[in-house]
Amino acid sequence: MKFVDEFRDPKLGKQLLQGIARLAAEIDRPLKLMEVCGGHTHAIFRFGLEALMPDNVDLVHGPGCPVCVLPVGRVDDAVAIAEHPNVVFATYGDAMRVPGSKKSLLGAKAEGCDIRTVYSPVDALAIAQAEPDKEVVFFGLGFETTTPSTALTVKQAAALGVTNFSVFSNHITIVPTLKALLDSAGENIDGFVGPGHVSMVIGLQPYEFVTRDYRKPIVVSGFEPLDVLQAIHMVLTQIAAGEAKVENQYTRVVREGGNPMALQALLEVFELRSYFEWRGLGTINHSGLQLREPYAAFDAEKRFAVPQLSVADPKACQCGEVLKGALKPWECKVFGTACTPETPIGSCMVSSEGACAAYYNYGRLSVLKSKPEAKAATRPAPRPSDEQPEAAE
Amino acid sequence: MNAPTKKGSGTVAKSPLFERMEKHRRRAGRVRDDVVVLAHGGGGKAMQDLIDDLVVRELGRDNALLETREDQARLPLEALTAKGDRLAFTTDSYVVSPLEFPGADIGKLAVNGTINDLAVGGATPLYLSCGLILEEGLPIATLRRILRSMGKAAREAGVHIVTGDTKVVARGAADGCFINTAGVGVIAEGRDVSSGKVDEEDVILVNGYLGDHGAAILVARGELQLDSDIPSDCAALHTLTDALTSAVDVHAMRDVTRGGLAAVLNELALGSEVGIVVDEHALPVRTEVKGFCEVLGLDPIHLANEGKVAVAVPASQAAEALAVMKAHPLGERASIIGRCRAEPPGVVTLDTGFGGERILDVLVGEQLPRIC
Repeated sequence: MKFVDEFRDPKLGKQLLQGIARLAAEIDRPLKLMEVCGGHTHAIFRFGLEALMPDNVDLVHGPGCPVCVLPVGRVDDAVAIAEHPNVVFATYGDAMRVPGSKKSLLGAKAEGCDIRTVYSPVDALAIAQAEPDKEVVFFGLGFETTTPSTALTVKQAAALGVTNFSVFSNHITIVPTLKALLDSAGENIDGFVGPGHVSMVIGLQPYEFVTRDYRKPIVVSGFEPLDVLQAIHMVLTQIAAGEAKVENQYTRVVREGGNPMALQALLEVFELRSYFEWRGLGTINHSGLQLREPYAAFDAEKRFAVPQLSVADPKACQCGEVLKGALKPWECKVFGTACTPETPIGSCMVSSEGACAAYYNYGRLSVLKSKPEAKAATRPAPRPSDEQPEAAE
Repeated sequence: MNAPTKKGSGTVAKSPLFERMEKHRRRAGRVRDDVVVLAHGGGGKAMQDLIDDLVVRELGRDNALLETREDQARLPLEALTAKGDRLAFTTDSYVVSPLEFPGADIGKLAVNGTINDLAVGGATPLYLSCGLILEEGLPIATLRRILRSMGKAAREAGVHIVTGDTKVVARGAADGCFINTAGVGVIAEGRDVSSGKVDEEDVILVNGYLGDHGAAILVARGELQLDSDIPSDCAALHTLTDALTSAVDVHAMRDVTRGGLAAVLNELALGSEVGIVVDEHALPVRTEVKGFCEVLGLDPIHLANEGKVAVAVPASQAAEALAVMKAHPLGERASIIGRCRAEPPGVVTLDTGFGGERILDVLVGEQLPRIC
């Protein structure tokens, strides 16, 4: 397939891998590289790249999966909105299975709530127009990648005078998060594979503090296997040369200045919340976005009574440690036993971009092969209930 | 009913009016409504008309067993035992939305899907039942097209729809039309195909492009505003499976439907406790379907099919099996897509071409609801 296969060429991949091996040998110390974005995590596992890294290069899977960092309390709020009679709750598919304290959106749907999967906020607005006697609420999720489309949809709803449409905003922003991460776990990380589609919107300048204040290289990367390998190669090249720069591997999509029109729409409709809770990471100041006053009529949190309770993560869940890169997914106490994609305890197990789900779905083999002792040590003995064979269809 | 008196029956029966009325009463019924109404399932005249005019007319052509209109089909044992020593019996319900889509409709699907469930057991499919659950308000014209398509698919496949049932439910209690078909086939003596028989020396073949049906349904729903003319691959596989089982020592066969190839390979791997390695680059996938999956974040290996079969044969007979497939109209794009190994048992892995290998598991939830 044109414009995809070119970036999946195994021959070029092997050349890059040889270069990565050379650089890693030259640097000759353990290295931890964090890919911030869930899309990269997914690509790394889908193409089996992690197993191809040199022994001293460890890939750490960061917090850039918006579904994974959605806290329990916000899921409960979403369910509470969806349970209002007459509400159509429109959401991206990934969010359906994220566990709340009592149920997920999927559970609420099964109980009769009108919850629909959409691929775009525009689809949700179209539902509002087609069904004017319903209240349509769009579950706004994601970083700067998806926020502009939500912003433009809100502007469009305002222009069209659609009054039965609102947004439950859980949009978040990457820079404060990176900063919080560097402050709490920075010494663990030697360099970053930077987010691609977020950078398409915000450009490169916002990452300069990473290199200036923390002296870590960051390379903005695309999502195909050759993109990720080349970005890793570029990060290692910087480390080998003792440099820390912001570089752009994803030049076919990311411009240095980002996308000014998208940014302008975002800033016009959204403003920073003073604080926002992240699953596993706690509260991060100025990391969440809410609708500005002129668009308050489209703010679902103002339109519907939501509990807005902060709910602690389940005790067994170590998503926070995984998101910070302090634990490998398979080192979590409940990984693969109590917590599976079927019955997720933490949200890292829900989205295909979540590190735990990626490990579970794609990476178990490398755990089986290379880390048998770790696996044995961290896996609790199965409880009787785990041993029941799965029912045949 | 009381027996009529001699006097009464004698005089009325001879009346030309009575004879005309009785003749009229025995004519095949006609449906005059434009849409299905509750009365069409009520057991009275309206239901009889529907069965005469639609079910028997469309399904009963060259089909003496359905024409008899008994409450059950009576199948001659002798004809069955002549073909083999075991009966294969299966059932499947079809709830696809929309009812009609490029390449097929729920009727064709209901015939071919059940035929395929028989075929992959090594059976020769012979008889089908047809249970219809209709929603009040379904256009009669739509129902006629569906039944005509069922009849055509059955005739083309050489199977007979020999018994059936029709129910109508109130508007909102179903979605247009649901169909259940059960199927009976015969397995020839000596044939033993089973998902527990995959050997670590086997290779896996599929007969063509993966994911067409799933893509066709998604586009046909129109929710994604995607434009494409990918048709469903809905087809009856029994002549292909028969050719294969006659030519080579087929260990296992599974039709690749919901859950896609990934689900089937996991069933085979777990059923036989062997490992399976899939060569990602050998998977036959249309460029359009690949592009479609890239846009939507889907994987063709999880997409539904309705005319694909995965087959495990000994590596020594791989070339022969591939040749048999390619010689069949439904196997032109056949490909050897993977091989089995002893370790790790029950696990399917995918060779990504980068030297990396990853686990290929089944999907947890639904990728798409109501695909068949």
